[in-house]
Amino acid sequence: MSVFIVCKQAHQLISEGLDRPLSLSERTQLKMHLAICRSCTGFDGQMSFLRKAMKKTASEGLPAEADNIGREDSVK
Amino acid sequence: MTSIPDLHQQLENLRPGLYRFAQLQLRNECAAEDAVQETLLAVLEKPDSFAGNSSLRTYVTGILKFKIIDHLRSLKKEKQLEIKDDESEDDLIDSLFNANGHVIGTATAWGAPEATLQQKDFFRVLEICLENLPAKTARVFMMREWLELETEEICKELELSTSNLWVVLYRARLRLRECLDLNWFGKVSSGEKI
Repeated sequence: MSVFIVCKQAHQLISEGLDRPLSLSERTQLKMHLAICRSCTGFDGQMSFLRKAMKKTASEGLPAEADNIGREDSVK
Repeated sequence: MTSIPDLHQQLENLRPGLYRFAQLQLRNECAAEDAVQETLLAVLEKPDSFAGNSSLRTYVTGILKFKIIDHLRSLKKEKQLEIKDDESEDDLIDSLFNANGHVIGTATAWGAPEATLQQKDFFRVLEICLENLPAKTARVFMMREWLELETEEICKELELSTSNLWVVLYRARLRLRECLDLNWFGKVSSGEKI
């Protein structure tokens, strides 16, 4: 198995890393890729952020009022 | 300690948020209504269990999660859980990469994540993005991220293979990323107000 992976594999590993423990070789591959790839590093940060945001709503629930922004109209 | 009529009123105020939380997950109005009703009753039956260490909303949301899990199980028994597979979504993943597997374009930097998590408006946008997910994807994603179930458990409940589950979760995250990019981060960085 090569130590080098491309963005497509890195993205998938970043997501799967949130759902299962990655193997040692997967972690090594990902680490090496992230060291040289800004896009995937950005994606990694976005995924950790999304997890945090979901955790916050999971424990605190949703606010009572939800309709102050234009909903469907403004969100595509 | 809060008096019972006060508690009633406070629960009534929480109801809309609880209902949306349940509905996003169950995608079934009756089941969502029931889950909320059962939650409120559970709180009212034992008002003293709420120690006031957390906010009432946090406490009630915790109970609601258990009720939602119960409903997911009973929906499964009634075979109402079967939601059609989302349309072929391979494009969603493929469109991000070129033939060599490299990312096309660069990911927008999501600035100031900590500050964002303090903004109420951000969570409204997130909620709408969740609402816009295809039903099955949403259910799986929220079982994982809101109900915080382990992947094995979700696979068992939904009769999905693990690799299938990972892909569904990956797609859900890609969709949410795109939606947040478009409706929150893109607008914030360009200074445009929602």
